[in-house]
Amino acid sequence: MTTYGRGLRGLSLAAAATITVALSLVFFYAPLDADQGFIQKIFYIHVPLAITALCGFVFGGVLGAIYLRTGERKWDIRSYVAIHMALIFGVGTLLTGTIWAKASWGHWWVWSDPTLTSFLIVMLLFATYQPLRFSIEDPERQSRYASVFAVVAGAFVPLNFIAVRAAQQYVHPRVLTLTGGNLPGSMRLTFLVSLIGIALLYVTLWKYEMAAKSTRMQVRALRRALLGEDSVTPLKRSAAPS
Amino acid sequence: MLRNVSLQVPAGSTLAVLGRNGAGKSTLLRILATLLRPHAGEVLVFGEALPRRGFAVRGRLGLLAHDPLLYRDLSGRENLSYHARLHGVGPERVQEVLDVVGMRERADEPVRLLSRGLVQRLAVCRTVLHAPSLLLLDEPLANLDPAATELVGPLIGRDCGATRVLTSHDPQAALAEADIVLGLEDGRTAFVTSPDNVDPVAVKRLYA
Amino acid sequence: MKTVLTVLRKDLLLELRGFETLPAMVLFAIVTFVIFHFGLNQDTIDGQLAAGVLTVTLLFAAMLGINRLFVAEREQGGFDAFLLAPVDRSALLVAKATALFLFLVVLEVIAVPAFGLLLLGPSLGHALPGLIAVLALGDVALAVIGTLVSAIAVQTRARDLIGPIIGLPLLLPALIGMARGAGPLLAAHGSSSPPGRWVAILALYDVVFALLSYAVFDFLLED
Repeated sequence: MTTYGRGLRGLSLAAAATITVALSLVFFYAPLDADQGFIQKIFYIHVPLAITALCGFVFGGVLGAIYLRTGERKWDIRSYVAIHMALIFGVGTLLTGTIWAKASWGHWWVWSDPTLTSFLIVMLLFATYQPLRFSIEDPERQSRYASVFAVVAGAFVPLNFIAVRAAQQYVHPRVLTLTGGNLPGSMRLTFLVSLIGIALLYVTLWKYEMAAKSTRMQVRALRRALLGEDSVTPLKRSAAPS
Repeated sequence: MLRNVSLQVPAGSTLAVLGRNGAGKSTLLRILATLLRPHAGEVLVFGEALPRRGFAVRGRLGLLAHDPLLYRDLSGRENLSYHARLHGVGPERVQEVLDVVGMRERADEPVRLLSRGLVQRLAVCRTVLHAPSLLLLDEPLANLDPAATELVGPLIGRDCGATRVLTSHDPQAALAEADIVLGLEDGRTAFVTSPDNVDPVAVKRLYA
Repeated sequence: MKTVLTVLRKDLLLELRGFETLPAMVLFAIVTFVIFHFGLNQDTIDGQLAAGVLTVTLLFAAMLGINRLFVAEREQGGFDAFLLAPVDRSALLVAKATALFLFLVVLEVIAVPAFGLLLLGPSLGHALPGLIAVLALGDVALAVIGTLVSAIAVQTRARDLIGPIIGLPLLLPALIGMARGAGPLLAAHGSSSPPGRWVAILALYDVVFALLSYAVFDFLLED
């Protein structure tokens, strides 16, 4: 069984360090936006959260595909944790997004923005992941169906963005255009550091949760082996793979 | 849940599986039918390893279980035609089996209008439609009156030519037909012997 | 291919015998048009609003069909019957999706003229070929995703609920495509060909999800 704990301390330190650096850059180095003022700085948290969440969903889809291929339980657990973490980061995106929206455009929610709308649709879809898992009792079937869902939903993410973008004129400031970004140098640096920091945070939290689950399973297996079947309380029906 | 069930069944012989409800008889049959996946251990049917090679054996086995697997709004003939097409069998065979079980007149009525005995006869037809070499029979004579039991004999009985795995509520009847006997208790093997060596006390305990 | 036709024929035969799903879908659509008439408090609608109303109505009528798609299989042992046969299992997906597509076509043959009669302002004449194209592409999306989602839902405990909540977000890009594609067609002096961009998006969506569903469907059927 892989030990997820290995390298975890180093990773956590790296994540913490990068985020600290990013925050200091945000507060002290990045220039103040002429139109939006200080609140614009929330962009350095919001966009990395969004990117990480979306990548997390796609990552979850890939892991689900590997589970379907190999049938090994650990891939399903990895997929579950990836999606679950991405959902949390997604909620963070929506929260920071609405704060920014209110501050700079005056509304809590703006329909005319394709990026926000696409993101909402993706979140609505992935919000069904846990109810789906929970409604299937047989663990093997639960993993299988959840992986099918993860694969289809992961493929859905890019397609959805294309469709919604085509549908609407955009109000959302386009910072990452095809030409590689129209951020001035100092902002670009801050953004990059922030992006790396949040990505590291995601990976760290993913590893933490995997380590926790993996340890719990190993403890249960050991108890079962040493103390017999009855020493281990059966797990309640749940959405999480055990 | 089945644990540590281990045996071999030679071609052409009949295995009787005895045990209470919930002992694991149906589970065993479903695993052999490739409908359930075994979590551990080796299952070889016709020499092919399941579940990986399931597709290679499916066409050669027939399952008769509690569910007749017939659509209630369709007639017996339509149901059998559906199964025949799925298995690549021609329509003459459908007529043939209907005649053997004496269902010719009522084959065109919707299944929901038929009595359980007639439905069971249709289920037998469905099972043997594609002339399988392995028959998995879960209480095949349920709901059949003696006349019907005789009619289905050539299709699923002792001399039909196929290897059979059968379960029955009536241990004596099963023993009469068996070449090998497997007793299951709570998912575990209680005994595996030939019918002559079966200990009546052990059988009684199984059903106690 | 033969398997697909066998299963399809069986499903069409079942529907002909039972004759519940299709009439319900049609009735539902027409009643919904009436509701919209009162809800919007307008005698006629046109343009993008009309396209939106039509799309939403077709979607919810489709949901009725989707919920019932695998019920006979589940309740009458049809899954086992199919799984015991030496056939390609993805054929079930193709057959069911085709059946659903055909149901949707029949639904639209009745509902679209009804829509033209009851709610739509401008006449349908010149817009019809374009509308047919847009609806056909949309129907493929509904059929493919509907079948996939229905197959997932039928094995869960919250059967009727899981289907729509997974299916609706997944269908959103296709629905946007249908509505936006039909909008200009239904306008007062509308064009007779749908905007290319939306046809392209619908086609892309159909291809991607058809292939994806075909690839993953096998995994849903194993026990």
